[in-house]
Amino acid sequence: MYKSNKKNLMKLTPIEVIDLSVLLGKDLILDKVSCSIKNNSITAVIGPNGAGKSIFLQTINGLTNIDNGKITFNKIYNNDEIRNKQAMVFQTPTLLRRNVKSNMDFVSNVKNKNGKLIIKNILKRVGLEGYDNKPARLLSGGEKQRLSLARALLIEPSVLLLDEPTANLDPFSLKLIEEIILEESKKGATIILTTHDMAQAKRLASDIIFFNKGKILEQTDANAFFRNPLTKEAKKYINGEILL
Amino acid sequence: MNILLEAFAKSFELVFTLNEDLFEILLLSLKVSGISLLLSCLIGLPLGTFLAIKSFWGKDAFLVLFNTMMGLPPVVVGLIVYLLVSRSGPFGWLGILYTPTAMIIAQMILITPIIVSLTSQIIEEISQEYKSLFASLVVPSHKAIIAYLFDARYSILTVVLAGFGRAISEVGAVIIVGGNIDHLTRVMTTTIALETSKGNLSLALALGIILLSIALTTNFILIRLKIRAKRRMYV
Repeated sequence: MYKSNKKNLMKLTPIEVIDLSVLLGKDLILDKVSCSIKNNSITAVIGPNGAGKSIFLQTINGLTNIDNGKITFNKIYNNDEIRNKQAMVFQTPTLLRRNVKSNMDFVSNVKNKNGKLIIKNILKRVGLEGYDNKPARLLSGGEKQRLSLARALLIEPSVLLLDEPTANLDPFSLKLIEEIILEESKKGATIILTTHDMAQAKRLASDIIFFNKGKILEQTDANAFFRNPLTKEAKKYINGEILL
Repeated sequence: MNILLEAFAKSFELVFTLNEDLFEILLLSLKVSGISLLLSCLIGLPLGTFLAIKSFWGKDAFLVLFNTMMGLPPVVVGLIVYLLVSRSGPFGWLGILYTPTAMIIAQMILITPIIVSLTSQIIEEISQEYKSLFASLVVPSHKAIIAYLFDARYSILTVVLAGFGRAISEVGAVIIVGGNIDHLTRVMTTTIALETSKGNLSLALALGIILLSIALTTNFILIRLKIRAKRRMYV
């Protein structure tokens, strides 16, 4: 059984997103999006494909230029110090052309983290114990995603951003990743994840942000969202209908 | 057919009798090509990496220039270096014409563009692959560059060996600036050219076989390394 061990995390929350607009080329991907992400919450960002969920996550992580509006972390604009306390797991993991341990060592070196033991423990936690010398890109899809998550955990992030972390994964990887998400939340991290899996959103999320066509249509408590969605788009989405 | 058999017999004889002249020529060939390769790598790897990861005005022009220079005719390079280092040339005071140094310079001019262009392509590809990850991890530039070069090491090794292949097999430029002087600037390729012109075909062919063996060995090692890297998906 996991024992709660709240860490002294740098406070990056609440994350306030105000009138955020993001253009990719000439396409408006995020259209005057505003929301607030509470401290130590697990927020599931849901919505149909192309709604802007991934770009929303990337913008929070500072990977996309903001064309209008702002994002603040505990009233401070994003900067390298803040970004160093965030970790992002991409939907398609980018793994270095090295073995598993070297992938971990790289992050450890970049973030000046010290300790073989920490790496060993994290690899054990994500079920990759004994995989040290295995070439990372020869791992299965689930193992790759777990390694990607392990790298993120090594950062000991205050804000953990997960872009569809369990898409197309086997039940073992899915269960393990969900357990780790809950454990990290108990430790004090604020977690934002995108998902198409409504059952997963129900299992994990304390809050829901519902996106459609680059706009946030709802931000609410997860129970309230699934019990009584306010917009017809959200109702349709939950019922598995196509949103046009 | 006879001449081929004779050449093989001659090449074995030269190698196994540890022919002094042959080893002198062979060592000079390896020395000149090795040094020019090392210097080209010292210039070409950082320059290729810089061109791959930095955006600046005129970058495309540089890339086109280096790509074009990959096909430089060796005799033209030899002629240019000759004009620069000959007694009446701007660098005549260095007194390096008909020395291995001039040969190294000529070979460097020939292989540096290969190293620059191919390194640039390789690093551009890997930097695009790692772009989002490194941005997310806030990886400092110097650590990113080290990672690109390290992770692309197998591909870069191919580039280095391609440069070595170009250098060791080159004849046009080194014969002009080196002069093919016995015991001073005579290398494998220039000896082959000389022996062919003298009608000593079996010796020329024997040297050719030895030269080919060097190329074959390097390529064999390279292919083994690449197969190993591919199995691990490191390329």
